[in-house]
Amino acid sequence: MSFRILGTGMCVPSRVVTNDELARMLDTSDGWIRQRVGVRERHVCTDETAADLGYRAALDALEDSGCRAGDIDLIIAATVSGEDTAPSVSCSVQQMLGISCSAFDINASCSGFVFLLEIAAGFFARGTAKRVLIIGAERLSRITDWEDRGTCVIFGDGAGAAVLGEGSEYLCSKFTVEGGSDVIHIPQHTGKSPFFGRETASPYIKMRGRETFKYAVEAICSDVNYILDSNGLNIDDISYIVPHQANARIIDFAAERLKLDKSRFYQNIELYGNTSSASIPIALDEMNKNGLLHSGDLLLFTAFGGGLAHAACLVRWTKN
Amino acid sequence: MVFEKIAAMLADRIGCDVKELSMETKFETLGIDSLDVMELLMLMEEEFGTDIEIGDAKLATMADLVGLVESRLGEQA
Repeated sequence: MSFRILGTGMCVPSRVVTNDELARMLDTSDGWIRQRVGVRERHVCTDETAADLGYRAALDALEDSGCRAGDIDLIIAATVSGEDTAPSVSCSVQQMLGISCSAFDINASCSGFVFLLEIAAGFFARGTAKRVLIIGAERLSRITDWEDRGTCVIFGDGAGAAVLGEGSEYLCSKFTVEGGSDVIHIPQHTGKSPFFGRETASPYIKMRGRETFKYAVEAICSDVNYILDSNGLNIDDISYIVPHQANARIIDFAAERLKLDKSRFYQNIELYGNTSSASIPIALDEMNKNGLLHSGDLLLFTAFGGGLAHAACLVRWTKN
Repeated sequence: MVFEKIAAMLADRIGCDVKELSMETKFETLGIDSLDVMELLMLMEEEFGTDIEIGDAKLATMADLVGLVESRLGEQA
């Protein structure tokens, strides 16, 4: 027993920030951003919180699933940018939905959604949940250094969600963590302890671009090959590879190294930027709502990011 | 040998004549950005069957890239 996906949802803030708008704030250009990252525009919160986005994505996923909010007996959210440590994003969403159920958050950076699937599968395997709401929700604009042209052009805000029910469609997974690397570093708020003497960094996303690129490409390639090989599949058995939307260049070069056509990888980074744990569920919801998915399709999710951590899994889509 | 391999690979990727490339060639003048250089480096890793750590290495010219690859290969020799 694991689960099947009953419904998907997403929410992005209404405020769109184009590359041209960023070029008026920073020494950058639409051409540079598109060529370097593959992003044309991103959505940025003006008064919404990560939990607000997660709530709206949850409502969307509930509607798509045909479930009522009261049917949910567990909410798990992944975030690195929620406003509050407590209440967590999942607890806030629970309150907004007006339901009574278990809820907790995880932090697995940009790989968060694949970890959510694995954790949910564990609850289903133990029979301790029958309907699980999982949410990737990010307000990365909160932890973005808007004066750093190397990073702020990459990210966007958004949330994606899925409602899971009992089933056996979570077929394979792999998790790899190389703990402690600062190739991607998001320091927390320093705090005011009069006893803490260590120098701390400003609480904004920092990435070493070249090493991030190399790590991500290698993560995608090794995980895709692992999922295919360990299941005796070839690429033609997979309907879509759904990668974390970190940077179009990463996805394109991974496709080249795997000798796969780029069209095998679903991409929507152009419209949203990198939304960390929300990027895969947003992509999944787009695919679902745009009619790209058919019952029986095999989907390969592959994610990578801070930790450093990368994760991949194979899911059979059974929703018509 | 390292220069010839990188030059051939680069010429193939950007569609230029390999004779236009020298150790002094600056990637920027070819329209090559740092991620393109990483792609070249990763293809070199595959070619030589070894990991090449970049650290903080400056990789602005062919000489920079050739030097990095040769030094890493030399360390493993």
